Amino acid sequence: MTPFERVDLNKADLEQADPSNADLARAVHGKADLNKTPPAGKALAVTARNVVKAFGERKVLDGLSLDIAPGEFVALLGRSGCGKTTLLRALVGIDAITSGTLSMPPVRAAVFQEPRLMLWKRAWRNVALGVRKPDVQQLALKALAEVGLAERAHAWPATLSGGEAQRVALARALVREPQLLLLDEPFAALDALTRIRMHQLILTLWQAHLPAVLLVTHDVDEALLLADRILVMADGKVAAEISNAGARPRHIDDPQLQEKRRQLLALLGVEEKPTYAAYVAQQGAQLDALHAAQLEARRDAEAQLQTETQPENHSETQRIRVAA
Amino acid sequence: MSKSLSLPLDAGVAEKATPKAGRVRIAQRLSGLAGLSRIASPLVLLLLWELASRLGWLPTRIIAAPSAIVGTFAEMVWSGELPSHMLVSLARIAKGLSISIFTGTALALIAGLSRRGEIIVDSPLQMLRTLPFLALVPLFILWFGIGETPKIALIAFGTVFPIYLNLYSGIRSIDVKLIEAGISLGLTRAELIVHVILPGALPSFLVGLRYSLGISWLSLVAVEQINATAGLGYLVNSARDFMRTDIIVVCLLVYSLLGLFTDFLVRTIERHALAWRPSFLRS
Repeated sequence: MTPFERVDLNKADLEQADPSNADLARAVHGKADLNKTPPAGKALAVTARNVVKAFGERKVLDGLSLDIAPGEFVALLGRSGCGKTTLLRALVGIDAITSGTLSMPPVRAAVFQEPRLMLWKRAWRNVALGVRKPDVQQLALKALAEVGLAERAHAWPATLSGGEAQRVALARALVREPQLLLLDEPFAALDALTRIRMHQLILTLWQAHLPAVLLVTHDVDEALLLADRILVMADGKVAAEISNAGARPRHIDDPQLQEKRRQLLALLGVEEKPTYAAYVAQQGAQLDALHAAQLEARRDAEAQLQTETQPENHSETQRIRVAA
Repeated sequence: MSKSLSLPLDAGVAEKATPKAGRVRIAQRLSGLAGLSRIASPLVLLLLWELASRLGWLPTRIIAAPSAIVGTFAEMVWSGELPSHMLVSLARIAKGLSISIFTGTALALIAGLSRRGEIIVDSPLQMLRTLPFLALVPLFILWFGIGETPKIALIAFGTVFPIYLNLYSGIRSIDVKLIEAGISLGLTRAELIVHVILPGALPSFLVGLRYSLGISWLSLVAVEQINATAGLGYLVNSARDFMRTDIIVVCLLVYSLLGLFTDFLVRTIERHALAWRPSFLRS
């Protein structure tokens, strides 16, 4: 099995097999499914059909199709170089696609891995940048208050910590009231504790404003904790899809999430790391086998020695006996 | 508990602090003395110069006595002669520099923001840059006559290159990610220039402006020799005709003071306009 082989399971079959796992197994539909016209009446936030983006000869996006419903939180996983960032840039509007159709809402906002703040503008001016509404300053201050940075509104970006700068970037995205929020590994450069707090913040903000969210990430756990649906990208297409509509707040040690985690890691072609206990057990078994083999070898050698020296031994005992 | 513990600690700190503070004070006094001794040597030279002038070893034709120069300076300020000539010179510089800042910025934007613009603008400017612009005086006189135009044009020509070159490289070195962020925020091209590109290139621009100001004083000396009837250069020239070395030295002093002043001006601009820079924030 190649790492990204599409799991051609029928959704109905899986639900029948184990109804409790319905959402877990509601996996994986291929291009055939998506090539149908989207369901009428319900406008989608993002519709991509056979999107191709080529840089010279190389097709980074190669017939990608994708739907995101309004208010849906979708995570996009994939190994580096699979085209995640290219798709995101196309959705942001930085790059044009080579062919195919891509429709997205007019009001979009993006948060990148780096905060990308204009160092020469104070925090609130960064938030207000490009907002064409009356009373921009009030809106910017409100957005900063929402990310918990009201008192840092007049700070220069260079004086903000990494987490604070990223929250300003988040406020800058939110103040636009986007219908589609694009997040390109926004937590990758933060320390573990800040990342946990940012996860909670992003969920709170998402539930308050309900934009459609596309989160590009390397972190399987992050995707499992945050998203309603997880897409796995490979070779410029959506190779697999896992539904993840469990209730929030979620804990990564939830067995259902662990099961999905294993699935995702397999789809990403990553062997799960053995736990320490498993490692010890494996090493122990190896040592036991080694000892057993050594013991056996020694026994064999002794036995051989005994058979070779038996007559001599025998005479010696005899001699001792004689002496006695 | 905290009281009994903190007392000896505080005492220890106090004990340590006193000799340290004393040492700092001594060091300050020493550096003050060093500052004085630095002034001492020029003072002695000045005194020797004054002495030589008084004794007739240095005739006024060669150079005037320091006291005479100070007297002339005071007299020229008092009579309003020096300020009025200075104003004329400053106005020429202001006009020339505003032309060069405007054209330099426009050219840097054209070359910095598009490949085609770079091809059209950059190579001719790089060629013109190597011309010693003071050699253009005869040509400028033929083109613009001997009025104000050639003077201002020559100042503008001489100062446009540092502004163009620095701003151009500043624009080119702006992080593409910031421009992409600007695009993702829905900025128009004009807004990108105003909010992202020009502020981002401002530090480089100010470096260019400093060079340009230096060049503007240099070109002023040259252009004010073209049939001028006012200005510092005119003062120097007419003083030469009357062998007034005191006036010449006064003008030289004014040049150097104005150079210092403009440098101070740019630094003040930097402190305000670049207040966001991490290096300024730390200080």
